[in-house]
Amino acid sequence: MALLDVQNLTVEFPTRRGVLRALDGVSFSIEAGEVLGVVGESGAGKSLTGAAIIGLLEPPGRIAGGRILLEGSRIDDLSQSQLRRIRGRRIGAIFQDPLTTLNPLYSIGRQLIETIRTHLKLSEADARKRAVRWLEEVGIPAAAQRIDAYPHEFSGGQRQRVVIALALCAEPALVIADEPTTALDVSIQAQIIALLKRLARDHGTSVMLITHDMGVIAETADRVAVMYAGRIAEIGPVAEIVRTPAHPYTLGLMGSIPSIEHRVERLAQIDGAMPRLTAIPQGCAFNPRCPRVFARCRIERPDLLPAGATEAACWLHDATIRPLRAAHG
Amino acid sequence: MADETVLEAAGVSRVFDVSSPWLQRTLAREPHRLLRAVDDVSFTIPRGTTLALVGESGCGKSTIARMSVGLLAPSAGDILFEGQPLSAARAQPGLRRRMNMIFQDPYASLNPRWRVRDIVAEPIRAFAMAKSRAEIIERVGALLARVGLSAQDGEKYPHEFSGGQRQRVSIARALSSDPDFLVCDEPTSALDVSVQAQILNLMKDLQRRYGLTYLFISHNLAVVRHMADRLGVMYLGRIVELGPAEEIFRAPRHPYTRLLLDAIPDLAMIGRARAQVGGEVPSPIDPPPGCTFHPRCPLANARCRAEKPAVTLIGASQVACHAVAEGRTEP
Repeated sequence: MALLDVQNLTVEFPTRRGVLRALDGVSFSIEAGEVLGVVGESGAGKSLTGAAIIGLLEPPGRIAGGRILLEGSRIDDLSQSQLRRIRGRRIGAIFQDPLTTLNPLYSIGRQLIETIRTHLKLSEADARKRAVRWLEEVGIPAAAQRIDAYPHEFSGGQRQRVVIALALCAEPALVIADEPTTALDVSIQAQIIALLKRLARDHGTSVMLITHDMGVIAETADRVAVMYAGRIAEIGPVAEIVRTPAHPYTLGLMGSIPSIEHRVERLAQIDGAMPRLTAIPQGCAFNPRCPRVFARCRIERPDLLPAGATEAACWLHDATIRPLRAAHG
Repeated sequence: MADETVLEAAGVSRVFDVSSPWLQRTLAREPHRLLRAVDDVSFTIPRGTTLALVGESGCGKSTIARMSVGLLAPSAGDILFEGQPLSAARAQPGLRRRMNMIFQDPYASLNPRWRVRDIVAEPIRAFAMAKSRAEIIERVGALLARVGLSAQDGEKYPHEFSGGQRQRVSIARALSSDPDFLVCDEPTSALDVSVQAQILNLMKDLQRRYGLTYLFISHNLAVVRHMADRLGVMYLGRIVELGPAEEIFRAPRHPYTRLLLDAIPDLAMIGRARAQVGGEVPSPIDPPPGCTFHPRCPLANARCRAEKPAVTLIGASQVACHAVAEGRTEP
């Protein structure tokens, strides 16, 4: 049984001009100890997927369909108070900006101890010991002295370390990390990624790593889900997604990323931009930008189909129409 | 003509006064606090080429960008445009017209209350480059077509465009005064990767077609690798390594350049272990003595802690590092 199983998740935002479907039939699973990377451009729905799982959708957004199962039991229909017990205890969260995640008015020790004591039956003294141990584990020097310091007394990289300690201190089974390194400088990014990777391995924690940075994903994730316009375009092992992508969008995305390994004269480019939620085209949402579009793509929407080592939502991989595809070159 | 220098920075420094207000300073007997954002930086950019400056936040790259178009005056040293100091440019609109800037955030750099047509036409009007209204409209249409938009888009407002299209509008505006030299301060870091590729390709096409000279500021080494002919690596207000981009990427010499190149997450890194790098950039208000990189440097010794390294010429690159100059780079 997978640790997290998301089935056909649909998220809608009712607006004055009608209902906007921001996530449309998203399905994936995360195994215990696995790192799943979720990539996509802004507005593709990657952060929304994370927010829906942890029950932090901003109203009026709501889950309009599908199920979310954590260790076999549904968590998408729980009340707010039941969700509060799950958040932190079984699912931890790391957000982009450490300065807004931490409360500036409380010392980091107080925030850690409060989190630990909310979820675990520990005395104040034991919780404090545990907090110091976590600060040491995330690499805060002189943790026993610095535990009473306030967030502003730490640098950006150290604050993100504290946020990681906060997310992991109740030993959750799953951590949702939404752009954890985007606000940091490159030399700090590498440290934080390495830390997250090591902690997940040491504690057997699964990670859902949401980012727009394919480089971060390539180094950290076991599997990758590529999102486009509220749906998963392709999902599979990281090496295959990066080296031999099956979906034309993934292919274009990989070609458009400049590399430090080699220089090309022109980057591959996907013309146009991702459609707005108010104007998702009929059929495959990528069809207006797709270099290999054919008639069926404009009418019928593809679900995830097996495509070699990955699964791609693309009619090119429908076994029943292979002759047709050959005819279209 | 080929190696004619368009922009030269000669020993440029910029100091900001970040002291507390006078009364508080007097009552608490605090001294003046100065932030040396840029410290004795020199470089040249030949015509038709791109010099990229990379570095982490607070290293002074945006301050250099703003000084290079005359938005800020240097505290010491001089910036010369085709041999003439920029301080004189204020009196010469002819000189000012020939440089322009593309900013990072196309959501903030375009006036939301102006039509795109007027945004693009503003430099044409400011420098009185067209004789009639009809000529302005014609020019704006041509500029929009040049950056991949249509002349009809001029009637729209910025909010009707996506981020990538807005950045195209910024580029059209920057090109409207017919400049030779563009300063691009993180022009793609607010954009998604597929849109970033469109903008980078466009900038390269424009450079080839019109012989533009770019000063390209970025923190993204992969983007810089794609764009730069020459590369300057900055750390705490100084250029620590400057040379042909290919050479620096092939054989980085300064320990900080090596650290940066090791730290970049890259697609080619699947399953590869990377060298761990420690430490963070110190505060530029109170930089370490000697070489400012010494607290993080694996090669630092007593000399590095005491003495500021001078620039040494190695191959075609200039490197400011005692360890490199003394030849003790292998730890």
